[in-house]
Amino acid sequence: MNANIYRREFRNRLKSVLIWSLGLTFLIVFFFSLFPVFADQAALMNEFMARYPQELRAAFGMNNMDLATVLGFYSFIFMFVQLCLAIQASNYGFGLVSIEESELTADFLLSKPVSRSQVLTSKLLAALTSLTLTNLVVWVCSFVAIALFRGARAYEPRTLLLLLLSIVIFQLFFLSVGLVISLLVKRVRSVTPYGLGLGFGMYVLSAFSGVFGEVVLELVTPFKHLDAPSIIQHGAYDTPLVLLNVAVTVVALAVSYWRYIRRDIPAVS
Amino acid sequence: MGIIEVSHLTKYYGKARGIVDVSFSEEEGEIFGFIGPNGAGKSTTIRLLLSLIHPTSGSAKVFGKDVTTHGPEIRREIGYLPSEVFYYEGMKVIDLLKYSASFYAGDHTKRLHELSEIMELELNRRISDLSYGNKKKVGIVQGLLHSPKLLFLDEPTSGLDPLMQRKFFDLIRAENARGVTVFFSSHILGEVQRLCTRVGIIREGKIAEISDIRTLQQNNYKKVGVTAAGVSPAAFDLPGVTNVQTENGTVRFFFKGDINAVLRKISGIQVTDVTIEEPTLEEIFMHYYE
Repeated sequence: MNANIYRREFRNRLKSVLIWSLGLTFLIVFFFSLFPVFADQAALMNEFMARYPQELRAAFGMNNMDLATVLGFYSFIFMFVQLCLAIQASNYGFGLVSIEESELTADFLLSKPVSRSQVLTSKLLAALTSLTLTNLVVWVCSFVAIALFRGARAYEPRTLLLLLLSIVIFQLFFLSVGLVISLLVKRVRSVTPYGLGLGFGMYVLSAFSGVFGEVVLELVTPFKHLDAPSIIQHGAYDTPLVLLNVAVTVVALAVSYWRYIRRDIPAVS
Repeated sequence: MGIIEVSHLTKYYGKARGIVDVSFSEEEGEIFGFIGPNGAGKSTTIRLLLSLIHPTSGSAKVFGKDVTTHGPEIRREIGYLPSEVFYYEGMKVIDLLKYSASFYAGDHTKRLHELSEIMELELNRRISDLSYGNKKKVGIVQGLLHSPKLLFLDEPTSGLDPLMQRKFFDLIRAENARGVTVFFSSHILGEVQRLCTRVGIIREGKIAEISDIRTLQQNNYKKVGVTAAGVSPAAFDLPGVTNVQTENGTVRFFFKGDINAVLRKISGIQVTDVTIEEPTLEEIFMHYYE
């Protein structure tokens, strides 16, 4: 790991971290501020929800969700938090080495006395730090929003903790999968379409799997590996799926290192 | 033992040819010119030596160490000026130079300021606001500030005005006098002749010739053009004359040998114009191609 590269990478991403954090803060606090209204009208609400087709509710993962409880309501918001975090982490993953190549600064960096694996490790750690900052913001906002708006309704802090702890696994998945794809395709010209595609695509897959009750899709998408309503309902992770998720992350990272160390840096033309 | 030793180095980009079976070596303290037209493989060779790309076959050693296995170690003593310079657009010149310096052991602040002054570089401007020539200056300072033992210059003068080119050449000569080895790639024969002691000519990915700059010049053709009333090609019937052409009262030919022989012939004619030129690089290549 090289401290210079780490520092530069981290500073370079600060603005982006700030924007994502502000967005997430707004999302969590604003939506959770609606909780008291929902909870007070719980009976009406659940009746209202029941009128929607079952498939639609499934698409939003709302089949086993009780919007009248603190964590039930929170898990509904959490899915959108996950979507944002997925897009952010994918963007960082796709851009990690590809931006340097498309802006042609890779020649500068890689002609310095650092090894490829040092470069990649420093960049990964810097991105992980940025993601962790965002993660912390989500933690703080969640606790604050719940404390502010839950009123007299009780909740299980341990379950909430479990849910929040899943974020880091979730982020690492998108970071490393984004990275490995960027190293497997010929050239990434623009990061955003790829990042949105991966983050949103996985979300849509998860929604589809809800509608069709398809088991295979569950295996693919982290939105199912770390399904918020299910974690709340069982108070535990679905261990095999989480292990699968971690395994994909580890393989993606290993392949990334392997590819990057052997990579021919494209020249100007 | 050479500072650079390249042996049967070959690089294909998929099916596209980079370089084929290139071998040469450069001794310590030399300024080695590497000339060839665009696309001949000059940059490919340099990028292989910096391990920015990996060889298809063959091997290369710098400072006696293999470039594929000892890259980071080798690059500690290397300065590199790419042909096209690209730096982090949002950074200020001074921040970029400090970032560059931070990769090398020791304090290089003094040298950084010295070089910036010589190259008249404004340190507080943003990279994105710089003209091409000014970016090139950043590249020069960036490549030299850590006092490397080996310099790779890939078409370094493109974009520099003549005054800056001269300052740059003086700088390179001064570095060389301190014992720095220079690998100088260019497609301009003139600047290679001014600076280099030995040259390698690369053409279509292959080494066409490696020779001393003197030998190259001695063996070289001159382009002679004589305009005179009633001049005929027969007047220049000398050994060493080739490619004789006549148009509008001007005789043009290539000459190889003692130029005095031609001058004596010319002095016997009432001429209106005489030109004796260095052949262009293309014409030299024609020569190596025949």
